[in-house]
Amino acid sequence: MNGIIKENPTFVLLLGMCPTLGTTSSAINGMSMGLATMFVLICSNIAISALKNVIPDMVRIPGYIVVIATFVTVVQMCMEAYVPALYASLGLFIPLIVVNCIVLGRAEAFAAKNGIVASAFDGIGIGLGFTIALTLLGAVRELLGTGKLFNLAIIPEEFGSLIFVLAPGAFIALGFLVAIVNKLRKA
Amino acid sequence: MFLSLTIICVVAGAILAGVNMMTMEPIAASKAATLEKAIQDVTPAFDNKPTEEAYMAVTGDGDSLKIYPAKKDGKFVGAAVESNTMKGFSGEIKVIVGFDVEGKLLNYAVLQHAETPGLGAKMQEWFRMEDKNQNVLGRSLANGELKVTKDGGDVDAITAATISSRAFLNAVNRAYSAFAGTDTVTGATASSDNTTKEGGNNNE
Repeated sequence: MNGIIKENPTFVLLLGMCPTLGTTSSAINGMSMGLATMFVLICSNIAISALKNVIPDMVRIPGYIVVIATFVTVVQMCMEAYVPALYASLGLFIPLIVVNCIVLGRAEAFAAKNGIVASAFDGIGIGLGFTIALTLLGAVRELLGTGKLFNLAIIPEEFGSLIFVLAPGAFIALGFLVAIVNKLRKA
Repeated sequence: MFLSLTIICVVAGAILAGVNMMTMEPIAASKAATLEKAIQDVTPAFDNKPTEEAYMAVTGDGDSLKIYPAKKDGKFVGAAVESNTMKGFSGEIKVIVGFDVEGKLLNYAVLQHAETPGLGAKMQEWFRMEDKNQNVLGRSLANGELKVTKDGGDVDAITAATISSRAFLNAVNRAYSAFAGTDTVTGATASSDNTTKEGGNNNE
C-alpha cells in the first residue's frame, strides 16, 4: 500500500507523465484513465508474477510488453463496446497505457520478484495512487479552468481561466500539486 | 527462449481474438445506435429507416457525402447529411446536419472533432445558443452559404475560435450543397448559388 502516498507514482516517482498531463482535462477523464491503468496494472502484475519462472531472463522485456499490450487491448475493446462516450474522450490515450512506465516498472521491479498475491496488492496500491493523483489533477484543472467539478458547476464559468484546461495549465497544476504533496509528506 | 516467447504471443493472440469476437457486436450496435440517435435528433419526425435508405450525393466541390433521407408516410420530409471538413484547427471535423425540404437547417450534431477544449470544442453548443447572431438553427441555406461575420457573413464565430467556426460552417455548407443537389425542387437554383459562392471562397 506504499503506492498511495509514500511511493505515489505521479507525485513522488513522477512516472507516466504523458497520460497524466494528457488526459486530466477533467476530473472524470482523469479518474477513468486512472481506473483503466489500475486494471491493466493489477492484471499484468498477476500474469507476470505467475509467469516469472517460465519467461527466460533474456526475453523478459518483450514478454512483459506482450502481456501488458494484451490487457490494454482488452480494456480498449471493452471500453469501445460498453462505454463509447468515455472511449471517445480517452480513445488515443488507452493504447498508450502499454508504454506507461509505471506498468512496466512495476512488472520489472516488483511482480518479477514477488508472489502472485503480493503482486496483485502492489498493483492495487500503485493503481489507486495513480487514480487518486489523476483525479486530483483533473479536478484542479477542471475547477480552475471551467469552474466545474465532475461536470457540476461550482463557480461561474467566467471565473475559470482556460489555460488550465490546455496543456500549459497541466504542467502548472501538476507542479503545484507535486510541491504540496512533497511538503505534506515531509511534514 | 524462442519457444516461451512464441507461446506467450500465441496465448495473447488467442485471448485477443476471443475478446474481439465478444465485443464486435456491442461495438457495432453502439455505433449504429449513436448514428440513429443523431439522425433522429436532426431530422423531422420520420417513420422510415434512414440508415437503410442512405445514399451518396455529390457536393459543389466534387466530393460526395452520405445522405439519410427521412420520410413520413412515404413522403420526403427532410434529410440528415453526414458531412466533414478538413479545415479545422486540428484534424477532421465530422458533423451530421438535418434539413427540411425547403433547405432550412433543423439541427446539427458534431460527431467527431479534435478542436481545442474550451475554444473550438464549444461548437457543439455554440451554434444553437440564442445569443446575438450565433444561432444557425432555423436558418435557410437556400439563399446562400453561412459565413462568419469576419468573412462578411452573419454568423457570430465562437469567441477566439474563428478557424474552428469557419470549419464548422464549411462542413454545414458542404452538407447543404450535397442535400440541394439531390432535391429536384430547389436543386437548380441552390446549386448555381453554391457555385458562385464557392468561387468567392477561393479568392480569400
